[in-house]
Amino acid sequence: MEFFRGLVLGQYVPVDSAIHRLDPRTKILATLLLLTVMFAVREFAGLAILTVLLVAVALAARIAPAYLLRGLRPLFWLLVFAVVLQVFFGEPGGHPMFRWGPVVVTRENLAQAAFYGWRLLLLVLSTTVMTLVTSPMEFTDGLERLLRPFQRVGVPAHDLAMMMTIALRFIPTLLEEAEKIMKAQMARGAEFTRGSLPTRARALTPLLVPLFVGAFRRADALAVAMEARCYRGGEHRTRMHVLRFGPQDLVAVTVVAAAAAFALIPPAAWRGH
Amino acid sequence: MIRCEHLTYVYGRGTPFEATALTDVSLAISTGEVVGIIGATGSGKSTLVQHFNGLLRPTSGRVLLDDVDIHGPRVDRRRIRQQIGLLFQDPEQQLFEETVVADVAFGPRNLGLSDDDARARARRALELVGLPPDRFGPRSPFELSGGEMRRAAIAGVLAMEPRMLILDEPAAGLDPQGRRDILEHVRRLHRDGALTIVLITHSMDAVAQLCERLLVLDQGRLVADGPTRAVFADLSRLTALGLGLPQVTLLARRLGERGLPVRRDVLTIEEARVAILEALAVRGRGVL
Repeated sequence: MEFFRGLVLGQYVPVDSAIHRLDPRTKILATLLLLTVMFAVREFAGLAILTVLLVAVALAARIAPAYLLRGLRPLFWLLVFAVVLQVFFGEPGGHPMFRWGPVVVTRENLAQAAFYGWRLLLLVLSTTVMTLVTSPMEFTDGLERLLRPFQRVGVPAHDLAMMMTIALRFIPTLLEEAEKIMKAQMARGAEFTRGSLPTRARALTPLLVPLFVGAFRRADALAVAMEARCYRGGEHRTRMHVLRFGPQDLVAVTVVAAAAAFALIPPAAWRGH
Repeated sequence: MIRCEHLTYVYGRGTPFEATALTDVSLAISTGEVVGIIGATGSGKSTLVQHFNGLLRPTSGRVLLDDVDIHGPRVDRRRIRQQIGLLFQDPEQQLFEETVVADVAFGPRNLGLSDDDARARARRALELVGLPPDRFGPRSPFELSGGEMRRAAIAGVLAMEPRMLILDEPAAGLDPQGRRDILEHVRRLHRDGALTIVLITHSMDAVAQLCERLLVLDQGRLVADGPTRAVFADLSRLTALGLGLPQVTLLARRLGERGLPVRRDVLTIEEARVAILEALAVRGRGVL
């Protein structure tokens, strides 16, 4: 049994590709830009352009499409729920396609549902692709650098980044530990996957108590290890990896910005020319 | 009692992190045996034993308990886990209850026993590992010493009253006294409790003292399976696998190389004592 095998979102796949080599700031900014545009887009054509861009990025980053799709699996029911809700409880009026008792499905609502579903997929896909091609270290480095201008208004950029680095670093460790403790308790006859919801919630005690005890012990050891190496926050620290915004980053940003702009232009404007 | 047929296990199938942990392992362990599993780190020892109680499902091949496939359609996995007790590495991590006795009773309670029966079993199990239940039972498991925690965790598995006990590095990280205690308790469980024992360890000395038979794993393959003495006869092979010899066996070899005709296949201090004395007598240097 591998309980947490299915996790793709948040996973980093170390491969060497042009996308992987980009400056993390480029990747963060590009993702932010894409997410914003996804909310602003009003037409299917815009979503199509963004989809083409994402697929191209995934291919360039040498991510197996099947692996990417697996990452969407946990999202499946949310997607179904959102789409169904939209189809049946969308805005009234429009052209009815079929009727089922009091429920009327209109062409407009169906289109709306497809649009929202597609957008939700793209939102998750773009963040998944970002984490797949950015190592946690790079990500926090990039974030720290991007937040630095806000230090003047009291944003503790370094501390935030350090906390995030540590949190990210320990996610796999904690998952591994959780899996081990689950197995150890299952060897003692515990069940985690059967029974009613309250039963299952209670069954978590033998997992959560040891997990928390372990996390605190680890945190303690880490704090001591950091102090032993004279860690004292962000002041006067130099970096081992200095971030470099190179020509390839400029190209990437331009491409993403161009795609975003195209996605935002309504098709009517195209026909006008 | 346990039989593996062409067992292969692949971790993370279908992800970029796919890795084969076990390849075509076939073996059988009979009731009453004491079997040691040795192999370098990452050779698949822990993965293998997690198949014995059905925690892992083979990617291909079968695991049979008393000739019944444990992943068969009508098999109660909990019943399997009751019969095959498995103690993970660093088992003190699994302690969670407010008192030692409640923690040890966790297993029996899961088996559906009444509170009284579960506590009675817990007390018996604590007795077996040398933690007098009256003294240790009411204490919090988190106040115990490392060695005591380890023994409380072993009691937690013993309280299930299994027929086979699998121990993954039971003595790792303990001081010498704690290590001796644990191994002595394992020996006693086999002798007095008639438990079948499977011991995973990096300590060649421990397997030499306890195990009649050794399984050697290398990169997920079973590369040797035979009597302990026979396995330790082949030093160059063991060295190539990243393993070694028990201290006393090494001593006997060294003495042999220096010209003292000592039997080379000794496994325990007692055997070594006898062998060295015999060799000295042969040489005519007298006896201590």
